[in-house]
Amino acid sequence: MTAQNVFFGIIVIASLIFFSWSCYKRFNLVTLGKPENRFQNVWKRLMGVLVYVFAQKRVINKPFGFNHFFLFWSFMILLLANTEFLINGIFPNISFALLGKPLNHGLLFLFDIVSFIALICVLNAFIRRLFFTPSYLETPYVKAKSFDALLILSLIGILMLAYFGIHGAEIILTDINLHTYMPFSNITSKIFANFSIPTIENISQVSWWVHAIVLLTFLNYLPYSKHMHILAAIPNCYFRNLEKPNTQPREIFKKGMQYGVSKVQDFTWKDLLDGYACTECGRCQDACPAYNTDKPLNPRQVIHDMKINLLENGKYIKKQENPKVPLISNIGEGSISEDAIWSCTTCGACLDICPELIEHMPKIIKMRRFLVEMESKFPEELLNLFENIEQRSNPWGIAPADRVKWASYMNVEEFNADKNEYLFYVGCAGSFDSRNKQVTLAIAQLLNTSGISWGILGKEEKCCGDSLRRLGNEYVFDKIAQENVTLLKNKGVKKIITQCPHCYNTLKNDYKQFGLDVQVIHHSELINKLLDTKKINIKHPADNLGNMVYHDSCYLGRHNDIYEAPRNVIELSTGNKPIEMNRNKNNSFCCGAGGGRMWMEENLGVRMNITRVKEAVDKNPKTIGVACPYCLTMFEDGLKDLKLNNIYVKDIAEVVAETLRTDN
Amino acid sequence: MYVVACIKQVPDTTQVQIDPVTNTLKREGVPFIVNPFDTHAIEESLRLKDRFGFRVAAITMGPPNAEYALRKAISMGVDEVILLSDRAFGGADTLATSKVLTEAILKLSTKDEVPLIICGRQTIDGDTAQVGPGIATRLNYSQLTLVDRIEHIDIENRKIIVRRKLEGRYEIVESILPSLLTVVREINKPRYPKVPSRLLADESEIPIWDNKFLKLDEQTIGLKGSPTRVVKIFSPEREKGEIIGDGLKDPEGAAKLLIEKLLSKELLPF
Repeated sequence: MTAQNVFFGIIVIASLIFFSWSCYKRFNLVTLGKPENRFQNVWKRLMGVLVYVFAQKRVINKPFGFNHFFLFWSFMILLLANTEFLINGIFPNISFALLGKPLNHGLLFLFDIVSFIALICVLNAFIRRLFFTPSYLETPYVKAKSFDALLILSLIGILMLAYFGIHGAEIILTDINLHTYMPFSNITSKIFANFSIPTIENISQVSWWVHAIVLLTFLNYLPYSKHMHILAAIPNCYFRNLEKPNTQPREIFKKGMQYGVSKVQDFTWKDLLDGYACTECGRCQDACPAYNTDKPLNPRQVIHDMKINLLENGKYIKKQENPKVPLISNIGEGSISEDAIWSCTTCGACLDICPELIEHMPKIIKMRRFLVEMESKFPEELLNLFENIEQRSNPWGIAPADRVKWASYMNVEEFNADKNEYLFYVGCAGSFDSRNKQVTLAIAQLLNTSGISWGILGKEEKCCGDSLRRLGNEYVFDKIAQENVTLLKNKGVKKIITQCPHCYNTLKNDYKQFGLDVQVIHHSELINKLLDTKKINIKHPADNLGNMVYHDSCYLGRHNDIYEAPRNVIELSTGNKPIEMNRNKNNSFCCGAGGGRMWMEENLGVRMNITRVKEAVDKNPKTIGVACPYCLTMFEDGLKDLKLNNIYVKDIAEVVAETLRTDN
Repeated sequence: MYVVACIKQVPDTTQVQIDPVTNTLKREGVPFIVNPFDTHAIEESLRLKDRFGFRVAAITMGPPNAEYALRKAISMGVDEVILLSDRAFGGADTLATSKVLTEAILKLSTKDEVPLIICGRQTIDGDTAQVGPGIATRLNYSQLTLVDRIEHIDIENRKIIVRRKLEGRYEIVESILPSLLTVVREINKPRYPKVPSRLLADESEIPIWDNKFLKLDEQTIGLKGSPTRVVKIFSPEREKGEIIGDGLKDPEGAAKLLIEKLLSKELLPF
């Protein structure tokens, strides 16, 4: 061991200590969060790590993700090379050469290839950031061409070049035959070939030290940059939510408790870990309907602000002092504005696209809970909604007796478990909204045609409470859910048909927490089945509806994975597959009514429904097919605003009902 | 110092129907709510509390289940509630009701001064708007009805200035305290109860004052003390229309028939 080895040893140990201390300091802040059980199902979690981290499943959903895929795997492989590099720098006798020639040569070959791949990937990333900057890389606080991003890319680039410097020199200085195993280092050795041996020895030394310093700098810079995701991604994917984010956790209502999140430490530890996992790739921002219609919400910014808030306030929270930067406020970086919180439609696009499985929307709902339950602070339109649902069991405050008015057009039975197989849970829109009542009638007609036995709750039916829950009014939702579950159990209901994806999701996923264990079927699934099994026979295709595009409702599609049933129904009843919009299925763009936004004014930015209607109109349809009462309303309103009165919006049940008409 | 909000629990009248046979209100299954005007009275009392540090008491007269209205008042943030409930109070008209409420407020004022009483302008079930003025008269308080804004209160000099919303005009009046105000909906937006105060409301004991406590002459209260008699309740007659065409089978034909009909009655402007 030479003096240089000892010196290097000291640097390495100091670096590792500093790195560990930095990591400890950052990850320790995560423990300030509230407890949450994310430990069950170890195997499922490990499999998730394989799929999402090592196979980069979501990263490669976008073409440029492949660049990351190759960079990631180059790094994984070079982890071996760099470990050897550090050990070898301290103990010159320890190296891969001990493994014997064949294995050593194999490894040298692998390292040489992946170093080159990494270099190309870094170059790609540089070019993309500098010259082909996608808009979603930018936010007000984090720029696409940020020092942070460019520094890391430069460090990786230099690291690879230094690698080729070291090994190019090695080929000349130690063993000329090595060039067969190091094709890319061989190129540098060709460049060096004209230099004198002492010069090459100097180049080798300089390259070695550059490599060493850059490597250790990179390591120690990581915890302070967005590249923290390199460390946080694996735990974040391991501790991911194993359920789909289509429901929110229940709250326990006891005197003296706080509800929702008002300070960063009110989040759970997993929420806080999300902050470190974010790579700032901007994909959520690109998918978010609120952001894309100029609302003050950007899911990526929410995560960033939460992280900054934690870093700023961490030391005070540890000392049990009040945080200095407010979490909910519009003062700037590190705070999330109320307007941002109320802009979310809970469509789930951000969660669905995030390569790191970060959970943006649930955090927004937690903050809404605080605002509603602790502060009674919410957009004033919601006051009527909350009181109407609580007092009259429907969002409009219409007399509950009017709930069955639609049924006066036909003979509808009240549900009786001894006689009826299915309960048709009509929902508020289907019961009170004049346009959606037509959909209700179409469904009722189809159910009668199919010969299945069904009934309704009649005047006893109440709002399911979906909007309340997404708006953070968990207290009233909890009361309604308990009442509804008791009613459904007492009636002996086993199978429920819903026409509204929001009722569907609430009855199926939210009410599970309240002990409801029944089969919930959306009308699109049921009609699809009835068509398949010839319980409903198409008399003549509904070709009068012309070209039809289909719009995926968020709560049917992304939140519950029902994509094919409505499409099949359209194909079977019109004879043609529906035309797809550019953003479809799990990439669908919200109509603007989810998350309680149905009941709020849209005063900020451009209208979400108009944005989506324009997208549909681009496909030149005569009819827009939907499977959700909110979407139906939003599309019809959008078409009216655009004065496009020659395009129709039809629920898929109406499309099928059209095929049964006898008069054409 | 107290500000007293007088409130009433009423059936949600949008859900009440009149039995066509017996001509009585069909109250079965109709939920009770706090009279909507009274929620504005509670809100205004709470705002005065925030400004002047009053103690807010909400009182109501009614059957034992009227405690629901008082719990709602607690959830909004009032400090104290009183339920005036006794069989002897039952069947009261506005006169007898105002006597009981007056006596209760007098009892309350032995604890602390009551410079202000706030009522809703009227209830949505009786619609008489008489109880508030009745209390003011009996207590000899200045009577400021239909208030849509409190312009100024000077507790020290016992002065109040309010704006009254009358038909087609406003009236700004000054009066001496103590006063009784009846308020209109435009005066404020009632606050939405926060969860902690809802939980408090659920658990609170509701004090009941009966006539053993108020000691009113039973001939002057309740049904016996009520000169008003309800002779008949009925829905105003409305001419029944007719169904023309078949909107389900032939919407176009039905629409045509409808338009012809409207044109023949000169109900369309063309």
